[in-house]
Amino acid sequence: MPDLLQQLLNGLSQGSIYALIAVGYTMIYGIIQLINFAHGDVIMVGAYVALGCALMGLGLIPSLAIAMLTCAILGVIIERVAYRRVRPVSRLAALTSAIGVSLFLEYTMMYFLGADIRTFPAGFFPERTYSLLGVTINNKDLLVLGTTLVLVIILQYIIYRTRTGKAMRAVSFDGQAAQLMGVNVNSTVAITFFIGSAMAAAAGLLYGIYFNTVQPLMGLMPGLKAFIAAVLGGIGSVPGAMLGGILLGMTESLVAGFGGSMYRDAVAFIILILVLLIRPTGLLGKGVQEKV
Amino acid sequence: MKKYFSTIIICLVLAVFFVAVQLGINSGFISGYWVTNLYLVGINIILAASLNLINGFTGEFSLGHAGFMAVGAYSSAIITANLGLPFPLAVIVGMLAAAITGLLVGLPTLRLRGDYLAIATLGFGEIVRVVLMNIDYVGGASGLMGIPAMVNWPLIFFSVVLSLLLIRNFICSSHGRACLSVRENDLAAQMMGVNITYYKVLAFVIGASLAGLAGVLYAHYYTVLQPREFSFMLTFDVLVMVMVGGLGSLTGSVVGAVLITIASAFLQAIPELRMVIYAALLILSAVFRPQGLLGEKEVSLKILQKLGGVLNGTVGSKQAH
Repeated sequence: MPDLLQQLLNGLSQGSIYALIAVGYTMIYGIIQLINFAHGDVIMVGAYVALGCALMGLGLIPSLAIAMLTCAILGVIIERVAYRRVRPVSRLAALTSAIGVSLFLEYTMMYFLGADIRTFPAGFFPERTYSLLGVTINNKDLLVLGTTLVLVIILQYIIYRTRTGKAMRAVSFDGQAAQLMGVNVNSTVAITFFIGSAMAAAAGLLYGIYFNTVQPLMGLMPGLKAFIAAVLGGIGSVPGAMLGGILLGMTESLVAGFGGSMYRDAVAFIILILVLLIRPTGLLGKGVQEKV
Repeated sequence: MKKYFSTIIICLVLAVFFVAVQLGINSGFISGYWVTNLYLVGINIILAASLNLINGFTGEFSLGHAGFMAVGAYSSAIITANLGLPFPLAVIVGMLAAAITGLLVGLPTLRLRGDYLAIATLGFGEIVRVVLMNIDYVGGASGLMGIPAMVNWPLIFFSVVLSLLLIRNFICSSHGRACLSVRENDLAAQMMGVNITYYKVLAFVIGASLAGLAGVLYAHYYTVLQPREFSFMLTFDVLVMVMVGGLGSLTGSVVGAVLITIASAFLQAIPELRMVIYAALLILSAVFRPQGLLGEKEVSLKILQKLGGVLNGTVGSKQAH
């Protein structure tokens, strides 16, 4: 029993990181129907920026803030350079461009900083462990859960309580109609990338601390899995992305804990194919009829 | 006679090329390094052309080519290395295995829109790699060794020519036209009575089996297979070839495969920079020329066009528009 609880707790922490990434995916997909392949690599950039700050002796909160701001700007630049022109032309060209951006970020990083795995300095986040009901709780878990919770609450506030959020919802509901109503679609899309990428940077920092690795290809797998989490929860739905992320994290951690840790990467993709087969709109997604 | 003029010319050119290269290899004029690259060009042409059939002609977006290639490579290697059966059987088994895998992956995912397919096939490729790493029968992570070396220039040459011929004839057939109509507007195609899922799956399965063939050739040239060779980077390289050549241009794929393979040979010493350049190339071509450099145009013999009046190998939607 404590084993199961332990696995579930690990899954919850990891799932929260997926959830933070999935939120960015789902927001961007919701607004421009593009799978932002480069999202996973924004995580990596975020982790590197945070690592740089940590090495310069900054604390956790300032590092987080700087990483989030840098990546938010990076996200806006990516949208402006690689997507804006392509989006109206062809979805597949946009996807190709996104794959290009992803590889570009990965290998530019590798070219300049090398492929070595780096770690956060020892004093950056002193680890403590607590024991409760036979379950070991690390303060890393608490950090991940706490940060995710705070960020998601802020996000919910932005989306549902501000004018910007209203514009975002309007554009994702019907871009053309929103434009006719005077919403500046381009700047709304840019803001979505800004927020989504900031979330990704936070996830990058958390991922880097949680697994104690920062390397150029670190974003690839969590990026893909977060996309699967977004599909599982219903792509375009922010609560769905949260739910999907946590469910996926827990499933993976259970699979890794009881049997095949080698197969944990495969599980996510099997889930994806199952979701697409059984319920393509995801758990919380709304069915969309194809319009003629 | 006029009708076959350009076909005869093309056959002659190919025959001369074939014999010249064979003589070059025999006499040692083409060094071992370039023979390797020549074979690699051949394998990449098959990969690029078959991916183009899926991504360019049918308008889907598959990222699972490395996976299909791995399936073909490993299943054929089991036949020759583990079971000791003859090579022709291995070719058939490799292609069939890849085709069946393509069918299994394609049936559920092709009903969805292109971008879901991209993720699902990407995931499929990763699963194949993870599974291969965990099967001891095929060597696990350390790889499968002792595959007999079967690949020579005639085999590569005829595999490439037959693959290209198969794809070209497919596209020019009514089935191919149906695939093009799915790409242009799947809704309209459906209205006209085209069974879009059937044609998507058909093109996908043909593409997968040809990727399997490329895998068979790969396995029996290098004689060693390692799961990590079949990573996403392989698919990415093929994607760059297709984009450089042009989505929906068969000759474009050939040009793309030749250019990128040779460029890779030169950039071998700086692998990171190579990927940066390719990635930038992909972004630039997607932003400024979404249809790829050649677009849907085919490289054809312009002079022959004047002489023979037959534009051989014009495929694409020029007429379809």
